[in-house]
Amino acid sequence: MAPLPLVEAVPLVEATGISKRFGSTVALADARLTVLPGESHALVGRNGAGKSTLVNVLTGIFPPDTGAVAFDGEPAPKAGDRDGWRSKVACVYQKSTIIPELTVAENLFINRQPGTRGVIGWKRMRREAAELLSTWDVQVDPSIAAGELNVQDRQFVEIARALSFGARFIILDEPTAQLDNAEIERLFTRMRALQDSGVTFLFISHHLQEVYEVCQTVTVFRDARWITTEPVADLPRGALVEAMTGEAADLGRTTGHREPVTADVRLAVTGLSDGAYEEVSLDVRRGEVVGLAGSSASGKIELAEALVGLRRPGGGTATLDGEPVPFGDVRKAISAGIGFVPRDRHGQGLVAGLSVGENATMTIADRLGRFGVIGPRRLRAAARKSIKGLDIKTQGPEQPVNGLSGGNQQKVVMARALAVEPRLLVLINPTAGVDVKSKEALLAIVDEIRQGGTSVIIISDELDDLRPCDRVLVFFHGRITAEHAAGWNDHDLVASIEGVSS
Amino acid sequence: MTQTMTGMDGGPRTKAAPAAGALSALGRMREFALVPALVALVILGAIVNDSFLTERNIISILGASAALALVVLAESLILITGKIDLSLESTVGIAPGLGALLVIPAASAGFGTEWPTWLGILAIFVVGGAIGAFNGFLSVKLRLNAFIVSLAMLIVLRGLLTGATEGKTLFDMPEAFFSIATTTFLKLPMSVWLAAVCFAVAGFVLRYHRLGRALYAIGGNPEAARAAGIRVERVTWAVYVISGVLAAAAGLCLTGYVGAINANQGQNMIFTVMAAAVIGGISMNGGKGTMTGAITGVLLLGVVDNLLTLAQVASFWKQAIYGAIILFALVVSRVTSGQAQE
Repeated sequence: MAPLPLVEAVPLVEATGISKRFGSTVALADARLTVLPGESHALVGRNGAGKSTLVNVLTGIFPPDTGAVAFDGEPAPKAGDRDGWRSKVACVYQKSTIIPELTVAENLFINRQPGTRGVIGWKRMRREAAELLSTWDVQVDPSIAAGELNVQDRQFVEIARALSFGARFIILDEPTAQLDNAEIERLFTRMRALQDSGVTFLFISHHLQEVYEVCQTVTVFRDARWITTEPVADLPRGALVEAMTGEAADLGRTTGHREPVTADVRLAVTGLSDGAYEEVSLDVRRGEVVGLAGSSASGKIELAEALVGLRRPGGGTATLDGEPVPFGDVRKAISAGIGFVPRDRHGQGLVAGLSVGENATMTIADRLGRFGVIGPRRLRAAARKSIKGLDIKTQGPEQPVNGLSGGNQQKVVMARALAVEPRLLVLINPTAGVDVKSKEALLAIVDEIRQGGTSVIIISDELDDLRPCDRVLVFFHGRITAEHAAGWNDHDLVASIEGVSS
Repeated sequence: MTQTMTGMDGGPRTKAAPAAGALSALGRMREFALVPALVALVILGAIVNDSFLTERNIISILGASAALALVVLAESLILITGKIDLSLESTVGIAPGLGALLVIPAASAGFGTEWPTWLGILAIFVVGGAIGAFNGFLSVKLRLNAFIVSLAMLIVLRGLLTGATEGKTLFDMPEAFFSIATTTFLKLPMSVWLAAVCFAVAGFVLRYHRLGRALYAIGGNPEAARAAGIRVERVTWAVYVISGVLAAAAGLCLTGYVGAINANQGQNMIFTVMAAAVIGGISMNGGKGTMTGAITGVLLLGVVDNLLTLAQVASFWKQAIYGAIILFALVVSRVTSGQAQE
């Protein structure tokens, strides 16, 4: 090996030519990442850009289809060598990997508890845990149950555990999502201190201002590809957002300007609060389509679920055509004329074992016959109407719903929402996991139903879903922080979703 | 990716109609998956024993199966809703037991309250419903694990009956306590008619009523059911109450059939009940199963039991053979239905 020039440090982590497919989905295509020792390196990209897949490849959870990962210039450990990987890299996920019932000490030494011949030396373990925690200045009592820790301390304990395996490269996957501002500051202080003692971070966040605050270098991914890696100082916010959304997307993909809807107010929300969101007020007029955008923890989904009866908010009011919206009671919400597509079709949208017809009419089972008896003919007729109206590709109402493609399953969920003949239709991630053609068909329904005076609220992470909207409200940390009228461009909307004023 | 999706979605529509017909035929076949096994057993029985296919013996099989059928019905409703209730077998004992104790004089080990007969019979069903309501409270409201909670209830209720009767057998009930099994209509005991009507109503409701369909939705995916406006807790609780009442009715049928109430009436019955339900295609994971399946499961076990009796198998061995046949039936129904038993 030729000696490297001294000015060029050996990269701590170097991944090159990484490709990964899951079935027909390309998760990563010829992706790369180079992290230099001692820096804090940001990895940004929109949902589905391939960040999580890259993290899984970097931590050895699964091997890439092509490409290689190297640590300190040496090839990464073999696929099954967990200890080898752990000594190189660790990831602190958004979802905790500690076992809440065990003590902090045992969590730190799980499956490698100190002792003799497999007999655990509890005293020794507690002592070593205390030493480990004080080495990294984590002020946590090792003898309490790990479940009692707050999110911040839990993260610190997980970082300390990672460091104790010898890893000096730590991936933080959206560490600030569940923290308040004071905690975020503490996390950054801790990150800088660790950086000074030689720890390198890969920092993943949807909040771009945090990237500027704590990172020196940023890598942008988009559509499963590496886009750019540059020093943070050289990449102004506008350019960063542009790299995330893609310049091509900015051209010709804006919605046209529309006349504001002036019909009567149908839904009036005043000062609604519920932990995830605070003091939210908004109006939706008859036949108006309003989008709610925001990052995953912004509170937009919680608000939508309150409107449809899945949650009971802590305070505030909402009225539909003057009548109070029945919070916390889906049955009453349906009677009041509120239909909705829930956020996750497998979790809340469909009963997999039942037929297309039954799933499509589940919300209106009481309207298919007298005294609750469901006339099979009426059910079939109602189902056929939905199948025809939404162009659901199925063998017929009797086919089990799990035999349908994702796009058609989602249409069945939509049919279930439309069956109640809603005055207010709430769509949460209506096109998640469906192909382009079904996506268009699902969104076309919105344009159709608004003609009849139905108000529509679309909650989505995907910009394309928000294009039918007359205006888009942006949630940030539980509050509405921006409003974009139809005609917005991707750049501005993404900037306000990420909390960057540009 | 888009290309393949389009191809799949845009499949020829003309094929759809016959495919759907074949599909629903297949669905019906699964319901009747046990029928071949049942027919084979009946033929086998007719060959090995002359008295098997006689009117008297068939009535006897049905009469002996009525109580089991009602408990299987009760358990099936709960299983379809995605829960489980092991304590039904104790309800079979304690509901008629308490009813009798309230009616019979203290001299015959009763409470001495000497309620009128009709009130005692009514009490049987009220006790069954109340036990179901309590089970529902524990598993729906307190969100305790249905399996372990109903196991505890099984023991508690059995203990209560043993305590209340001081282990004695109760005979001295008015005739009305037995008449459901002793009165006949068209040669069949009323208990058989009761079970038949209950199955018919349950079968209809499960297929054609929104409450019945709600059970499948709840058992299949409670979150989706909730999001569709089904009141998951309320419906589940109601199923518990109905099942308790059905188990009480089964207890009354058994009392009539035996002619007395023993402190261990219904004991160990739950294993046969579970076997009949699962053989009949009721999923232990909820959301799946039909009344047709459940009733064939009951009949299958009833025929087996009868054949073993007719064959005069030594009673010491009967249990082992019965168990082995249940195992065999489970394997056969797994193979013929082509579906995993969950």
